[in-house]
Amino acid sequence: MTTIQAVHHLLTNREVTCRELTVRYLKAADDVNPQVNAYISLTKEAALAAADAVDKKLCRGEALAPLEGVPFCLKDNISTKGLATTCASHMLENYVPIYDAAIWEALGTQNAILVGKGNMDEFAMGSTCENSYFGGSKNPHNLGHVAGGSSGGVAAAVAANIAVYGIGSDTGGSIRMPASFCGLVGLKPTYGAVSRRGLIAYGSSLDQIGPITTCVEDAALVFDAICEKDPGDMTSRGAAPVADRLTGDIKGLKIGIASEFFEGLSGDVDKALSDAVALYEKLGAEIVPLHFPLLQYVLPTYYIIACAEASSNLGRYDGLRYGHQAPSFSDLNDFICRTRTEGFGKEVRRRILLGTYVLSAGYYDAYYNKAQQLRRAIVREFSDMFARCDVILTPTVPVTALQFGADLSPVETYQTDICTCSVNIAGLPAVSIPCGVDSKSLPIGLQLIGGRFREATVLNAALAFERETARSYLKTADMGVAL
Amino acid sequence: MTYEMVIGLETHVELSTKSKIFCSCTTAFGGAPNTHCCPICTGQPGSLPVLNKSVVQYAVTAGLALNCRINRHSVMARKHYVYPDLPKAYQISQYELPLCEGGWVELSGGKRINLTRIHIEEDAGKLVHQGSAVFVDYNRGGVPLIEIVSEPDFRSAEEATEYLEKLQTILRAVGVSDCRMQEGSMRCDVNISLRPKGETAFGVRAEIKNLNSFTSVAAAIEHEFKRQEEILSSGGVVVQETRHFDADTGETTNLRGKENADDYRYFPDPDIIPVILPYDVLEQLESSLPELPDKKLARYVSQLGVPEADARMLTKYRAVSDYFEKASAGVQNPKTVATFMVTQMFGVIQTEAEREHWSPSVTAEQLGELTRLLESDKISRNLAKRVFSQMLETGKPATAFITEEDMAGFDASALKALCQKAIDDNPKSVDDYKAGKEKAIKALVGAVMRESKGRANALAAEEELKKLIIG
Ligand SMILES: [Zn+2]
Repeated sequence: MTTIQAVHHLLTNREVTCRELTVRYLKAADDVNPQVNAYISLTKEAALAAADAVDKKLCRGEALAPLEGVPFCLKDNISTKGLATTCASHMLENYVPIYDAAIWEALGTQNAILVGKGNMDEFAMGSTCENSYFGGSKNPHNLGHVAGGSSGGVAAAVAANIAVYGIGSDTGGSIRMPASFCGLVGLKPTYGAVSRRGLIAYGSSLDQIGPITTCVEDAALVFDAICEKDPGDMTSRGAAPVADRLTGDIKGLKIGIASEFFEGLSGDVDKALSDAVALYEKLGAEIVPLHFPLLQYVLPTYYIIACAEASSNLGRYDGLRYGHQAPSFSDLNDFICRTRTEGFGKEVRRRILLGTYVLSAGYYDAYYNKAQQLRRAIVREFSDMFARCDVILTPTVPVTALQFGADLSPVETYQTDICTCSVNIAGLPAVSIPCGVDSKSLPIGLQLIGGRFREATVLNAALAFERETARSYLKTADMGVAL
Repeated sequence: MTYEMVIGLETHVELSTKSKIFCSCTTAFGGAPNTHCCPICTGQPGSLPVLNKSVVQYAVTAGLALNCRINRHSVMARKHYVYPDLPKAYQISQYELPLCEGGWVELSGGKRINLTRIHIEEDAGKLVHQGSAVFVDYNRGGVPLIEIVSEPDFRSAEEATEYLEKLQTILRAVGVSDCRMQEGSMRCDVNISLRPKGETAFGVRAEIKNLNSFTSVAAAIEHEFKRQEEILSSGGVVVQETRHFDADTGETTNLRGKENADDYRYFPDPDIIPVILPYDVLEQLESSLPELPDKKLARYVSQLGVPEADARMLTKYRAVSDYFEKASAGVQNPKTVATFMVTQMFGVIQTEAEREHWSPSVTAEQLGELTRLLESDKISRNLAKRVFSQMLETGKPATAFITEEDMAGFDASALKALCQKAIDDNPKSVDDYKAGKEKAIKALVGAVMRESKGRANALAAEEELKKLIIG
């Protein structure tokens, strides 16, 4: 695996032209993608055009911005004008947006090299990336295992060395879980730090765009490039840049450990986490024991809110203006019914139905209103915890990458989100970093959660760990581009 | 058994902001289909609404003009239903915590119609039927509306129509909407139920949707009253349902029943942060609220001496009252200006639409000048009327039609000379008057008027004649 900074050096030192670099990534993506299924589509023309612009700048002797000329993967639920954006759904299989997402505008002005659009769980609903209309993404560390969801394609592309970094979205752990499964760094920023304009919505009050990278400093660089306040998103706040503030020094940092997060871990994960905590103590951090009794309510709260918002957000897919259209029907109602039944996969339909149910007149108070109350209580509980510590350390996922077709029940699958979901409910920033491997050499991740807009604190704690372990736990998958 | 009707109105009014409620697309009426559209107002995947501040300000102004409590903290909500003209499958509206609550409209008899709430929401697109095909035009989608919900305080169709006229006048006066029913910028849903006179409990109501003229509102209410009365008096039960009014037949028909009653699944829109109205903005809107039509009417009558009927016409449209006040500046008796406007201008500017636009050929300054000429006795009332007709036809100032000859004879000495001539020419009339025949003076005044070709002031002439005869 390579880093953004390494590519930036190669380009600015003229060791490779951006076109050569891009061609290598495109070629590798062509070769590797059939095995890994990381990309839904490759965007060769856009990539080469951006590469030529970078080379022109280099010829003129102009300096490059940090992400300029660096090949990356963009999750396929982020709107790119003129380039197919499918949400990995049959519903949007042939959908080509008429406008650009804010984040693609921001990266586009930096001549980011878009290799392709990353595979995902359909409409970002899933924890394994198996719910894609285009088939699941495979874990480059072991192709018999899943890459994790829902930004699994993005993580797989980075882990398979066919993208230097990736941009995913995280509604309940969709950046951090695949980062954890694929041995990468995944940052879910504070809600509102990055504009959602153009991110095809799943759960609007939970969704947040963020980077998946090979190292902590890269995550900071990408965050800095995308954290601008956007007047086109009323929930956007922007955030101060963090890259310059990372020191890796965590002496005196208070790390909170809430025992509730550590229940039911697999042996390997438990061991890796204990070692990580010990390492943090060795580095001068102070461990603060905490309690998070509301954790038991996190999953129901999360699924009620996420599904309610999803049922609302996905109502627009009726086949009348874009997307799949049922070929045969008797009247308008029948047309919409058939279009939606054919266009949406099983998991999406399940969540729409669940969301419609919890919002319906007779059940609103019992479910949606209760969930909102719990949400406020969870936010309070987090702020109580942050009164006592700087970051909270948890496992990212209680298990390592599942085998393909593990066939868990929906509820069992949902439980893999237990450590990540609470962060989205409270709108907090969190990062997942690799902290070891299991007996099958599958990566294990740990999560560091911070207070609102404390990305710098969280990333600094992550950097300290990464430096100390020198990424010894990471094995590069034997595929893709090696620079 | 005699029944009384209990009516509540939900009135949708399009706000006249320049841009739509959640994007910068124009709100201009018309335009080729789907040309006033963007990813936001057509609900493209991933698009996000951005609440237009001036929509909130317009709606607050409407609320203040209608005596509402303004909630400084309100919340936008999603109202879900599936229809092709609604591209997101939900309408962004307000549910809990609307922008305005309470308030009232006072009818001319003094009865108050209480308001439940006023909230802001977006309009939907429009279906266009062409033969067997149906097209959707989203130009109107996202145009800002306020919905004004009344309490069930109406007891007759007359009250309902007077209320709507009042709303129209008030909202136009404060400049938040043009309230054109024919263009759909004001439309109305009627909730109506019947109960035996004297009863206080409500009966089962029917809702008649989307009425777009005063006559339709009145006709729909009358028809619905008869229909429900027939059901009740024959021992039947009225069912709760939504009905459609057909303006051609004058009848209401079932649109959908209660069995598939709407479940809108309202919840706060997570894409839009709560609407917080800063104190200074609220204060500024309150202090810049123009004089309301009822107050203006009272002032015209009591302070300016304008007859009430005239004052009503002058206060119906803001542009008209502005014109009246401008023309009255520096005039001794504004009633004279009112008379010119009501008797002559309104005869030329006849339709409501023309009066609403109010772009007369004669400027307010020109009418003021004419009035001052009349008041300073430089010209006669008859001449002034004639001149004003010509002004209205040509748009030229009064001086273009008043010759020196017209003006001559209107100073005191010229009038005296005319009167003396009349006395000299008509000794018999003079003698008759001296003998106590009061009417004889009229003959002399007539002579003066003939001699002056109608330009003289008859009253002044009569006084002058009396002075000359009696000495
Ligand atoms: Zn628009």
